[in-house]
Amino acid sequence: MSDLPENEQDQESIPAPEGASDIIETDYEIGQDNITPSIGPFGLDIHNPVFVVSGLLTVAFVILTLAFQEQAEPMFTAMRGFLTSSFDWFFLMAGNIFVLVCLGILISPLGKVRIGGADATPDYGYAGWFAMLFAAGMGIGLMFFGVLEPVYYFATPWGDQPLMRDIGVVDGELADPAALEAARLTAMAATIYHWGLHPWAIYAVVALSLALFAYNKGLPLTVRSIFYPLLGERVWGWPGHVIDVLAVMATLFGLATSLGFGAQQASAGIGFVFGMEGAGESVNFAVILIGIITALALISVIRGLDGGVKRLSELNMILAIVLMIFVIFAGPTMTLVTQFFGNLGAYFSEILALSNPVGRDDDGFRQGWTAFYWAWWISWSPFVGMFIARVSRGRTVREFIICVLLIPTIVSAIWMTSFGGTAIQQVIDRVQEAAVYGFVVADYVPELSLFGMLSELPMATVTSLIGITLVIVFFVTSSDSGSLVIDTITAGGKINAPVSQRIFWVIFEGLLAAALLLGGGLLALQAAAVSAGLPFAIVLLVACFALIKGLMAEPR
Amino acid sequence: MYRRLVMPVDLGHVERLPKALQVAADLAKHYGATVIFVSVTAEVPTPIAHNPAEFSQKLEAFGRAQAEKHGITAETRAYASHDPTIDTDKTLLKAINELEADLVVMASHVPGVTDYIWAGHGATISAHSDASVFLVR
Repeated sequence: MSDLPENEQDQESIPAPEGASDIIETDYEIGQDNITPSIGPFGLDIHNPVFVVSGLLTVAFVILTLAFQEQAEPMFTAMRGFLTSSFDWFFLMAGNIFVLVCLGILISPLGKVRIGGADATPDYGYAGWFAMLFAAGMGIGLMFFGVLEPVYYFATPWGDQPLMRDIGVVDGELADPAALEAARLTAMAATIYHWGLHPWAIYAVVALSLALFAYNKGLPLTVRSIFYPLLGERVWGWPGHVIDVLAVMATLFGLATSLGFGAQQASAGIGFVFGMEGAGESVNFAVILIGIITALALISVIRGLDGGVKRLSELNMILAIVLMIFVIFAGPTMTLVTQFFGNLGAYFSEILALSNPVGRDDDGFRQGWTAFYWAWWISWSPFVGMFIARVSRGRTVREFIICVLLIPTIVSAIWMTSFGGTAIQQVIDRVQEAAVYGFVVADYVPELSLFGMLSELPMATVTSLIGITLVIVFFVTSSDSGSLVIDTITAGGKINAPVSQRIFWVIFEGLLAAALLLGGGLLALQAAAVSAGLPFAIVLLVACFALIKGLMAEPR
Repeated sequence: MYRRLVMPVDLGHVERLPKALQVAADLAKHYGATVIFVSVTAEVPTPIAHNPAEFSQKLEAFGRAQAEKHGITAETRAYASHDPTIDTDKTLLKAINELEADLVVMASHVPGVTDYIWAGHGATISAHSDASVFLVR
């Protein structure tokens, strides 16, 4: 080996040889604004304004929310309501633009650009990559909404139905067969719409922009880099600091609130499976679960990207596939298979009507569900996008869009068809006696909807345990990947900052979630996180422009 | 006695290296060994380089400068990692193995309280490597 010429040695030892790419020359050096204080024996390496400002703001925000709970929650909830009802057209329009931008890039010659330079090779195989996409992006949502959302549209009489407003169950009685089928198809189309092209396009735009500006342009892996084409060198000053602080706070609030709610859901699930009365309402139980999730995330984060998140994501993907296959076979197998194509067809034939931003009268659905979802996806996009960016080096842009947009849409559709389809069938078969009907329609207990569906299939205890494990592990991977992302942003794009920083963020998130759960204020903070969706939507529209401009400059 | 001397270097902290570099050079001259400078970088842009290829060039330049300065034969080898905060030790151990090193010289900090929780790179390498390891405090 020693007699190889120098350059061949390099090619061998570096997994991804670079090719031509359009490096942006800037005077900024990564880490130039970093400070390296020591707290006791722990050395830190942090971006000066971003770390300090986002840390202090978060603490101040939480203290204020806890102190003024009575006022904070109605205020933020009203703000969220105002944003989703007044700007619903804007969210829907922005979502459509993201999808069109992605599809446009996919079919244009820009799709040939390779992330990481013309000769880069992928860092991760398809299995690990997919597993991480879902684990970071929507695994937990699929668990929570897979049964809830289709059944909700199908059977609740509360006026949140999309479009035709066909309802499958009226006053506890099944509707006539034609309306039943129409209600089922609309429910599935609307659900797939919320979990299909649009959310993934939001993630894809952010992830692709970050990956392009980091791996091809050589800028630091932080959100502000996307804005280099627009702001130029100013991006390293306060405009950039503000963008990064916003990204950190949206990520932290989103993680902490979903950790808080998730712990409550998981404890409700455990209570349901083991017949423990009141486990779902017990705050202490949920706080213990947050402790366990945080401890697991801590182990995972110390084991690093490859040994931690990737392993756990793969484990979860296998568990999720097992559960889905079980549901398909234990549920109405043949019906589900035929329904899948019908559902996809309904999705594509209704997508224009569903995504039309103006002139609609289904306010409950459009504002309460679609606009809320879009705001939520958008406020999560800095976190998920940055994580996807980090693991996507070496793919071509076309491959990236197919794998981050099209395939996940199909996978979401399969998931929703099997879980939602089985649950709807249970409602059709047994109407008011179906457990799902009880949890979704009769008394609204959304966190039990999945377990209600599983309870009427064979081996309910085993599958429910798998379900609980999936929920917990998805939270561990979210907490872990979220900490990696926050650590990278608050270290000014350095990914080799001391490990103590990641540990700090994991614990900080857990404490935040526990404090909010004990002191109240989860709803307020979640509303605040969703409200961050509006400014970020504008930011992302700008990012679309920067992305296309950046891609055009790349060698193809 | 020693033919292939591997020295892991952190291009971000060259100022901490002179003593270890001198030791490596002296040992290399004494045994007529080749010094192979090894460094681990991230695949994302870092303060040192925009990408692994550029990093590799910088390491090569560093190696040439050291060879000239100390009058030794030097090679360089850069490794890229997904997550250098965690994977550096593992990557270095892989490098020591792959490069068939019989001696490793590396700079290391004086152990402190945190070393009880997780050890420094030097301690981990010496604990897990087949080669002789010389830690320069």
